[in-house]
This record gives sequence, C-alpha cells and structure tokens, in this order.
Amino acid sequence: MSGYSESTVWLIIAALGCGTYLVRLSFLGILGNRDLPEWVLRHLRYTPVAILPALITPLVLWPQATGGTLDAPRLSAALVALGVGIWRKNAIAAVFAGMATLYAVGYFLG
Amino acid sequence: MRLTPSNSAYLSGIIGGLPFLLVLLPFGLLFGVLGTEAGLPVSQVMGFSFLVIAGSAQFTALQLMTENAPVLVVLASALAVNLRMAMYSASITPHLGAAPLWQRAMLSYMLVDQTYAMAMQTYEAQPERSLRWKVAYFFGLATPICPLWYGATYAGAVLGATIPPEFALDFAVPITFLALVAPALRTLAHIAAAMTSVVMAVVLNWIPYNLWLILAGIAAMMVGAEVERRMTRARDKLS
Repeated sequence: MSGYSESTVWLIIAALGCGTYLVRLSFLGILGNRDLPEWVLRHLRYTPVAILPALITPLVLWPQATGGTLDAPRLSAALVALGVGIWRKNAIAAVFAGMATLYAVGYFLG
Repeated sequence: MRLTPSNSAYLSGIIGGLPFLLVLLPFGLLFGVLGTEAGLPVSQVMGFSFLVIAGSAQFTALQLMTENAPVLVVLASALAVNLRMAMYSASITPHLGAAPLWQRAMLSYMLVDQTYAMAMQTYEAQPERSLRWKVAYFFGLATPICPLWYGATYAGAVLGATIPPEFALDFAVPITFLALVAPALRTLAHIAAAMTSVVMAVVLNWIPYNLWLILAGIAAMMVGAEVERRMTRARDKLS
C-alpha cells in the first residue's frame, strides 16, 4: 500500500468510521420511527451480494500473486469455498475448506 | 444476590452473544493478519476495528487499498457494503427508538450484524418485554461481541508479522468474501444480483480507478431488487 501516506490512511479510517456510524445512527438516532419506502428497502437488501462478488471476481480470475494469470489452486479454492458456503450455510467452514483446497492443490501441483 | 429485571436482561444478552465468538474470532484474527501483511502499522489496523467495527467493509477497504485505488473509491465501496445497516437501524427503531438519545448513540455504535440479528430474533419472540429490558439485553449482546472483535484483530496484527509468505494469504481475502456471500445466496433475487455483479465486474473491468466496482454494484443491486419485485408479483398472482 505504498500509494498512501500515513495520514491518508488515517483519513480513510476516520471517514469510513464516521460514515458507517452515521448509517447505523440514521433511523435509531436521527430519523426515528418511520418506514423506509419499500423500493429503498428492496435495494438495500442486496448491497452485500451486489458489491462483494464484483470485488472477488478479478481476484479469482487474475490474481496479482501469479502476475495476473488464472491458476488452478486459486480457482479450485474459490469454487470449493463457494460450494461449501452454499451447502453448509457456514462461513467459517467455507474459509477452512477453501484455504485447505488452496494448500492441497498448490502442494500436489508443486 | 437478587437480579433486577435489567440485570437479568443484560445477563441473557451476554449469553445470547457468546456463540458468535466462534465466528468473530477467526475473522478478527484474519483482518489483523492481513492488515499487517498489507503494510499497515498495528495502530491503524486497530483503528479500523475500533472505528469502523464492520468486518466486510474493513476487508473491502483493505483490498482496495492494496490495489492503490483512489481514496473516494475505497470509501464509496466500503460504505456501500455497509448500507445494509441503514435497514438494520430502521427495523430496530420500533424496539429501541424510545430510549434516551445517549443510549441510542451508544447502541448505534454497537449495531453490527451479530447484535442486530440476535436482538431482532429475541424482540420478535418476546414482544411483551419493556424498553429497559430490550436496551439492557442489547448491551448484554455487545459485551462479549465488540471487545472480542478488537482483541482478535490485535492478536492477528501481532501474529501477522510472523507468518511467512508461502502461506499464500493474498488469497484469504477472496476466500473470506466468498465464505460471507455464499450463505447469503438464499433466493433467486440474491443469486441474480451476485451473478450480475460477477458479469459486470468482467465486462466493466476496463474502467479505471476501480470505478467499475461501484457501477457493477449499482447494476447488481438494481437487478436483485427487480427480480424480487417480479417474484413477489408472480407469487401474489398465484395466491
């Protein structure tokens, strides 16, 4: 993370902290007991599944550690983590299965 | 010692919060490890966990910072991941909205995925509980959850410096995100949003400054909402 000065990183932390706090405080502290319009709620429900997959995709397809080429250990680890996560509905199990696959496939392919 | 009602509410909150330690410990550790591996000093890694106190958003910011994305893109993406908390805030207000402002200010800081999920579950199962009981219960939930997040992050940050690079921890971030997203793919609308997100990430990847991420997120959110709207309409027609 050579691209940021120390104070820039603190700025990011502080701004993200304030922004997140204001989101949490929004209704409980400021707007009070009122209903959000249905269409807003409908969009908010999808924010994590809308952002996180887009963030993951290039990391899986073009990992920096391999110079940007698709590699078998990382791709299989991603698929196993996804599969176990959907199957077991358990994030911790998915992390362990994914990392175990990464190490196992990496080891067998040398 | 005889327990007053709010003491016993606080205690049942603590007990309700304890099982989440199993989830938070590994993720907190991982954030600490990856933060120091990415080159952040321990103070800044801890700054994230104290001030932001939201796992997915912290990992998002960290990932984009290792890609040297512009500050505004880092902030917009991580905040977008946290927008779901506006929904938490709105839906918990009928239960806690009558508390004094200073209490609501503190409760807001502690409104994380785990405290929210557990509190809502309990409030809906026991609607007869008083405001004082509900507030004390929420403080109880946060009592193990928040300090553990700081502690696990700190342990990870100290440990991170000693882990050799052969462990390919660069890939722990995508694995973590996949693990967080996969259990959330409950409905057709969630799956449609996630698929749109993946496709748009590839199609729009040429757009500089990681702006593609924001655009892909907006498109995926709209697709998720639209699929939900159509599914609901189709179901209403059937019944």
